[in-house]
Amino acid sequence: MTVKQISVFLENKPGKLAEFTDILTDNQIDMRALSLAETEDFGILRIIVDDVYKTSTVLKEAGYVFSITKVLAVEIPDTPGGLGNVIHIIGDSGVNIEYMYAFTTKKQGIAFMIFRVHNNEKALEVLLKNGYHTVCQEELKEL
Amino acid sequence: MENYYQPEIECASAEQIRAWQNERLVKQVKHVYDNVPYYRKKMVEKGVEPGDVKSIDDLYKLPFLTKDDLREAYPYGLLAKPLEDCVRIQSTSGTTGRRVVAFYTQNDIDLWDECCARAIVAAGGTNKDVVHVCYGYGLFTGGPGLNGGSHKVGSLTLPMSSGNTERQIQFMTDLGSTILCCTPSYAAYLAESIIERGLQGSIKLKAGIFGAEAWTEEMRHDIEEKLGIKAYDIYGLTEISGPGVSFECSEQTGMHINEDHFIAEIIDPVTEEVLPEGSKGELVFTSITKEAFPLLRYRTRDITVLSREKCSCGRTHVKMKKPMGRSDDMLIVKGVNVFPSQIEMVLMNKGYPANYQIIVDRVHNSDTIEVQVEMTPEMFSDNVGEITGREKELVGALKAMLGIYAKVKLVAPKTIQRSEGKAVRVIDKRNLYK
Repeated sequence: MTVKQISVFLENKPGKLAEFTDILTDNQIDMRALSLAETEDFGILRIIVDDVYKTSTVLKEAGYVFSITKVLAVEIPDTPGGLGNVIHIIGDSGVNIEYMYAFTTKKQGIAFMIFRVHNNEKALEVLLKNGYHTVCQEELKEL
Repeated sequence: MENYYQPEIECASAEQIRAWQNERLVKQVKHVYDNVPYYRKKMVEKGVEPGDVKSIDDLYKLPFLTKDDLREAYPYGLLAKPLEDCVRIQSTSGTTGRRVVAFYTQNDIDLWDECCARAIVAAGGTNKDVVHVCYGYGLFTGGPGLNGGSHKVGSLTLPMSSGNTERQIQFMTDLGSTILCCTPSYAAYLAESIIERGLQGSIKLKAGIFGAEAWTEEMRHDIEEKLGIKAYDIYGLTEISGPGVSFECSEQTGMHINEDHFIAEIIDPVTEEVLPEGSKGELVFTSITKEAFPLLRYRTRDITVLSREKCSCGRTHVKMKKPMGRSDDMLIVKGVNVFPSQIEMVLMNKGYPANYQIIVDRVHNSDTIEVQVEMTPEMFSDNVGEITGREKELVGALKAMLGIYAKVKLVAPKTIQRSEGKAVRVIDKRNLYK
């Protein structure tokens, strides 16, 4: 069970991020999570949205370069050591984490981590075995 | 007081110069016709025979050569001597990936060195001087040319080559360099570095010979003031020999062309018609003493004006103004010739889109070149490392092609301006020809 992350190319210039968020606002797209990786010249904005299809249509029309990647959204207890445990499990299985970011929802005591890993299947397998719940696309809409 | 390296040549009468040119041209045309099938074919196509060229008045009858010819004839097609007689190769960029190679016999090198010696002596050089050469050595003609000229003058030559500013300044102060030879932008950079270190009092420079790129009068004054020297311009191109095709004298109002070796013409770059003296147009050179690589009517693409007005320095050879522009799209960046077509070729080979823009600028007296490329879905990744890896690969490929570092900047799709007709590929912010 994975979710789809949309990664968007943005120039590292004043106003570019604002232009982008305006498009989401105008189209009533709701973001669940967001992370930005930047270099001197450009940034890659990674977002998890409620409606992937609508978002990709809108971005295509607006002329953005973007890609869709399957990532893991793992539910973890919002307590000290909660994240460390998951990272250990993934690491011990020999799967490399490229990047990750967190988000919370209205659900009390629970946080979510997005993991971009080299091997989704293997990571899913060990997480499941250790009793972790990974969120699917449908579930994401309800969060 | 004016100094000459070869006064009997540099101050010869107009009649004498013309007599040399007539005799050498006739001989050269025959040499080329007999030994260079590539040019002979051009002559035949134009219906000209060596016998039709009896003096420089007949020069117009000969066909032109361009950089495209050099590319087509690469590497040996324009060679007029057996390789056994050649002792050196120098090279410069061509319009595409293929470089231009020029061959020299020992005699060619000697005459080239003499041309550079004239420039050094005109700048006040003697055997008591320390000539500090920080033009690049190697395939580039800058270093070897001034190095050879300095030897002829008998000056103590410091073959520094380019880069390593720290060491340049150390040698300059420790060994008492008196004449600096480099690109004007590097001279300006050195001047700033010397001032930053508070070493103005420790340098003994009196003159500089600066060329291989366009520079303004403002830049000249700036360098002269900061280094406390007189700054002289020098002009040349690998195809014809290298630096020293023409050089500036104390009057600093243009560069004397070494007419005993090179015949200069000004043509209309569009109609190819020869223009009268004083007209602005494209400079064309005919080498009349070169043995190995004698180009006849080579179109330099440099736009300038020739003047035979009497010069206060006493030299009689025709003067050319600082080039005022180009009749093609060649850029000179850090003294290196760069053609947009070379950059385009690299982008195409690497699968990048045809929409690109080249931004040339001068920051702290140093040229910069940036290639802007639009991001495409194929190039994109959610992983920064993958994209920067591709950027680095492109930077490497550009460096291999151009010989200099060019920054690569990925921009959003459709942000590079599309124009109808000829695309604006190059934005040169330096305004060198204004």
